[in-house]
Amino acid sequence: MIRPWLSPDSPTRPAPAVDPLAHTADRMALELSAPQEKMRVRGLSVYYGGFRAIKEVDLAIPAHHITAIIGPSGSGKSTLLRSLNRMTDLSGARITGEVLLDGQDIYAPRVDVVEVRRRVGMVFQRPNPFLKSIYDNVAYGPRLYGIRGAALDEIVEESLRSAALWDEVKDRLRQSGLALSGGQQQRLCIARALAVQPEVLLMDEPTSALDPIAALKIEELLQALKRRYTIVIVTHNIQQAARISDYTAFFMMDEARAGVLVEFGPTREIFTTPKDRRTEDYITGRFG
Amino acid sequence: MDRRHSRSRSLWRKGVNALMLIWCGLAMVVAIIPLLWILGHVFLMGLPALSWSFFTALPTPVGVPGGGIANALVGSAITVGVGLVLATPVGVLAAYYAAAHPNRPLGLALRFGTDVLSGVPSIVMGIFVYTLIVLPQRHFSALAGGVVLAFIMLPTIVRSTEEMLRLVPPTLREASAALGAPEWRTFLAVVLPAAGNGVLTGLLLAVARAAGEAAPMLFTAFGNPFMSTALDRPIATLPHTIFVYTISPYADWQAKAWATALVLIGLVLSLNVASRILSWWRAHRLGSVTS
Repeated sequence: MIRPWLSPDSPTRPAPAVDPLAHTADRMALELSAPQEKMRVRGLSVYYGGFRAIKEVDLAIPAHHITAIIGPSGSGKSTLLRSLNRMTDLSGARITGEVLLDGQDIYAPRVDVVEVRRRVGMVFQRPNPFLKSIYDNVAYGPRLYGIRGAALDEIVEESLRSAALWDEVKDRLRQSGLALSGGQQQRLCIARALAVQPEVLLMDEPTSALDPIAALKIEELLQALKRRYTIVIVTHNIQQAARISDYTAFFMMDEARAGVLVEFGPTREIFTTPKDRRTEDYITGRFG
Repeated sequence: MDRRHSRSRSLWRKGVNALMLIWCGLAMVVAIIPLLWILGHVFLMGLPALSWSFFTALPTPVGVPGGGIANALVGSAITVGVGLVLATPVGVLAAYYAAAHPNRPLGLALRFGTDVLSGVPSIVMGIFVYTLIVLPQRHFSALAGGVVLAFIMLPTIVRSTEEMLRLVPPTLREASAALGAPEWRTFLAVVLPAAGNGVLTGLLLAVARAAGEAAPMLFTAFGNPFMSTALDRPIATLPHTIFVYTISPYADWQAKAWATALVLIGLVLSLNVASRILSWWRAHRLGSVTS
């Protein structure tokens, strides 16, 4: 299930303009039809040595929507996010249960981890561009897969356009990635993640290290991106979750300090008529 | 506390502070004096015997005027070069393992072994390589000289590279892994360039130390009055040449010893300066996590 690279013959889509009413339209469409499932988590528990970090999570990630994961610190949100593209393997974690991408378990024995991570990309909390030029940062991913030359240039431009960064950097692609401002660096990281043409984009508190204006630009970007990608975002900022997400999952720590899923549903429902008392307490700020 | 009492306390504090600063300054001067003294002395003694032909001519017999250290310059370059080629890949990869798995038995053993190796006297290394390479081959060689320098450089390279690799933020590694890069690719394309400045400085320190080693050369490269670039023949090196000239009873050779010492110190100093310029340029262009 490999999507073809952008070939010289296929028409290059211009970056979609951000339509202020699109969000409303999407929400209405959501209410009318059940969206497809892009990823499914079944009975997932993640263990670091003997310690269980998250416990038996059952969750569906709908395609082409933004799913927000909220909850207090230590409730396993980041662990869940990382388990979606097997980044937990890097910390030596062990999992039980399944994580399905388009119906196939990514933790099955013969699965190519590299391919999983290409299809499910990640953007981190602090912008972390490589110590290379802007061009080389975005080109790093495609180069891993052997893309060179004019095709590479095209992918770099397309990714920077999709991340709403092209106009600001097109004249200084050879400058260091670190010469950009914080918000620009984060968009560079998003462009870098998009360059390998993922299907899902995981974002771990992507705006928490940015000033409000830069954060707003990223939020607008996410609204535009969800037409092409499925987005899962972990956020501490409840208002942000309410603003941009279509679905919300609320996590909490139980007595054994393992993270559990308390409630999951369309954002509007979670924020106006939550079914669980704990969800309501968290959202109204009775505890943080 | 009334105002008079607090003023005298603050005077006391300022006085003690000034006294301590003076002590520190004096200590610094005392520490610097040997360095300046040596540099100055070598400069004064070595400069008279130095000339342009000194760098390009071969050694002449005693009493014959002229003569130079061209063969020693080439020889030092070759032996240090061989040592670098042997020690750098081994050292950098070993440092990577030690940095990535610091708590595994092999990682601990690596670090301990490196520390022990750095404490072995260089003359003992020379004897070791003598039995390892010179005896089986039945002749002295530049290769043996290169190998012993590799052993001498290895601990410095491993330790400094490991420190620098540890300084690279783990988020850079994670970002590369999240794009689907295998671990070796992440290391070569992201981590090593990020640690690059520090690694280069470590290599330079190792070279500076190795370039000045005379004792191991006695048993391995052995010195050669003629120009040679072959790896399987004895070869002259700068510190060995200094040794030979210094213990001789001839005044003109002793003067040449001073001049050679000046050349050696000058080379090491300019290597240092060049590496700092390189570091600055890299950091200026791309940013750095290890300055």
